[in-house]
Amino acid sequence: MPNWVLTGLRTGIRSALYPDGPDKTSGISPGRPLGASPLSHREADALAERCPTGALARRDGGIGIDHGLCVHCFRCQADTKAPGVPWEDGHQWGAYADEMAAARKKLHRAFGRSLHVRFIDAGACGACISEARQLNNPYYNMHRLGFFITPTPRTADVLLVAGPISDAMRLPLRKAYEAMPTPKRVVAIGACAISGGVFGPSFAAGGGAAEILPIDVIVPGCPPPPLAILHGLLVVVERKPPSELVSPPTAEKASAT
Amino acid sequence: MTVRNMAPEVVGPTNIAELCNVRWRGRAVATLDQAVGSCRIACRPQDLPALVRWLTEEVGYAFATLIVEETSKMAWCLTYIFYKEADAPWACLELQVDERAGSVPSIVGLAIGPSVDWHEREAEDLFGLKFEGHPRLGEFVLHEDWPEGVNPMRRSFDERQRLKLREPEPEWRPPTIVVAPGSFAMPVGPVFSDFAEAAHFLLETVGEDVIHTIPRFFYKYRGVEKIAEGQSVDRVLLLAERFSGTAAFAHGLGFCLAIEAIRGIAVPARAKALRTVLAELERLRHHAATIAGICNSTALAVATSQAALIEEDVLRLTCEVARHRYLFGAVVSGGLAWDLTEGQCNRLGAAVVDIAERLDHLHRMLRYSSSFLDRLEEVGLISTEVAVSYGLVGPIARASGLTCDMRKLLPYAGYDAADFLVPVEREGDGYARLRIFFREAEQSASIIRQVLATLPAGDIRADAADPRAGAALAAVEAPSGAAFHWVRLRQDGTVARYRVTPPAFTNWHGFHLAAENFAFQDFPIILASFGLSNAECDR
Repeated sequence: MPNWVLTGLRTGIRSALYPDGPDKTSGISPGRPLGASPLSHREADALAERCPTGALARRDGGIGIDHGLCVHCFRCQADTKAPGVPWEDGHQWGAYADEMAAARKKLHRAFGRSLHVRFIDAGACGACISEARQLNNPYYNMHRLGFFITPTPRTADVLLVAGPISDAMRLPLRKAYEAMPTPKRVVAIGACAISGGVFGPSFAAGGGAAEILPIDVIVPGCPPPPLAILHGLLVVVERKPPSELVSPPTAEKASAT
Repeated sequence: MTVRNMAPEVVGPTNIAELCNVRWRGRAVATLDQAVGSCRIACRPQDLPALVRWLTEEVGYAFATLIVEETSKMAWCLTYIFYKEADAPWACLELQVDERAGSVPSIVGLAIGPSVDWHEREAEDLFGLKFEGHPRLGEFVLHEDWPEGVNPMRRSFDERQRLKLREPEPEWRPPTIVVAPGSFAMPVGPVFSDFAEAAHFLLETVGEDVIHTIPRFFYKYRGVEKIAEGQSVDRVLLLAERFSGTAAFAHGLGFCLAIEAIRGIAVPARAKALRTVLAELERLRHHAATIAGICNSTALAVATSQAALIEEDVLRLTCEVARHRYLFGAVVSGGLAWDLTEGQCNRLGAAVVDIAERLDHLHRMLRYSSSFLDRLEEVGLISTEVAVSYGLVGPIARASGLTCDMRKLLPYAGYDAADFLVPVEREGDGYARLRIFFREAEQSASIIRQVLATLPAGDIRADAADPRAGAALAAVEAPSGAAFHWVRLRQDGTVARYRVTPPAFTNWHGFHLAAENFAFQDFPIILASFGLSNAECDR
């Protein structure tokens, strides 16, 4: 009979440094494109043209990116003849969905170290689901932060939604949300749940979860790596500051800070 | 019964086209296209069952996919595609149907009928075609709230419109089969207690034991084949990669192979070799994830953690050498989007050795954990006969004694040069499937090392070819089995029709046979031992 306990002990602690410190291990995040300036109109338009989802657009004498639309296709990087947009290596991508979400009354402090999360697959391709599942593996181990996956919406504080909301999942999603006690928060992960991604809006899928639920925090990415989802949850309980949804931040945001 | 796994039958002194023309004189016309390696057999609807029986039971072909194209208003071209081993051409049974003809004879009654079953149901649902004699037509892809008589794959249907869905009737109850005193149906899904994908299973039970399972899929139908129509090749590649994110590279590759076949693009040798490497890296990650899932389903915590660590290490490794943890964006038509540096190749070669060793260690520990094996053995049985008639593919078929593997049958990328084994087990239970996942992962690591050791230098991407109209079919061995990608391109370079038959679509069909007469607590184990993706099935 093999000794599993000894095997477990011998493996030791493998938890990521994040959120106590920055985790620089290679391969934990694919990174994402950043806006750049200054660029000439022609350069900016040439870059924007390479983007198949319209995430890149000419803005303020440079190029801006809407992270909610980016599907990590690397088309803005792959051309060897012209330079691509700058690339960010981080993973703290969780952002407030809109100003309303940012202004919403704070969750009680008690949630900070005991947050129960209900995951719902609303038509996700599998990559977002796989990344969310990694949160339970020993590297990310979200239990150490007081986050738990709960089997029922009745005891859930946060609804974690992935996928473009396929028609058949609209009703189950709404029912799950309605079954949750207040206060409740909704976190949309991945480009599909934010904007419909490459699938929606179409006859079979919507243009994101915001069409039927009030979204609080969104985690862009295709898929967002586990630490980005973790950051999104930390933003919900205000243990980490949110990131910006667009890069560079729009003029009014930049002047406000 | 087909002879798919027996020695290839001698097709006379001539080829399949001549054989067909002699045998079916006046009823079918066969023409062989050597360049594409396919044999087109045109026939009338009424001769379809006889021809399919001949093709599968006498000549030894297996069903791959059914392609429906709307040729004009209320007229369709149906192509039933069959495959055999490497040097035999594809057999494409083609028939024209219009409104006057009314319906197509269903071939579900044949020995290989079950493998065509879901294809016919799908075509009925999405195109509004009638299949004469099919016992289970009706609600399949589109659920009960979809408006009656609207067929989204028709040309006249605008994919951008949002339809007003019907309110499901409150009295609606799913149909059940078991009739016994005290029997009831236990619904599971479409929302699960953990990270499982959306699907619905109705477990029919009389108490402790589940007699019968009625699965229901397509909760995640995103209409990929429909929204691909009229889009540019590059845009459809995004869809091909993303409809099943856990097998993105395999499906992206399948789509690109079809495009390359249409446009006559010769992929550079280095790109072919690296495609093989990345495809096997994806398989390694997929199998590690499936093993973690099986361990988790039996609540063996340490083994789950060990497998999950391996999975995450492969994800990180993939991200290091190919930028993205799930290989999005890596494959493009004509080759690869970026090259691997020598340093990355060395890192990859060394890392897979370590991963293979850790998997082997885990396998040895699991093999001697009797409490774990008790949960897996003789659970979720799939017999060889069922696997053949349902046309099952991939690790599930190979755990039930079939040797079907597209990497050997119809080699693509650099597989013809690679030396590897296709592991086969006979038992067809959960434990046999677990062994297959372990042994295939080991083979994947070995292929990666082999190919990297003899990696040719040179370009990784062919020059862009001129747009060309045409259609082609490509087969790839995705991590969970054979996937068929069929594309028709217009002259302007847009996609006219894209048909993908993923392995999950083929294999989920056989799931209900494995989920019969079992104890309730075994359900998650049967589910995990299949290791299938719903996103891949539903598209």
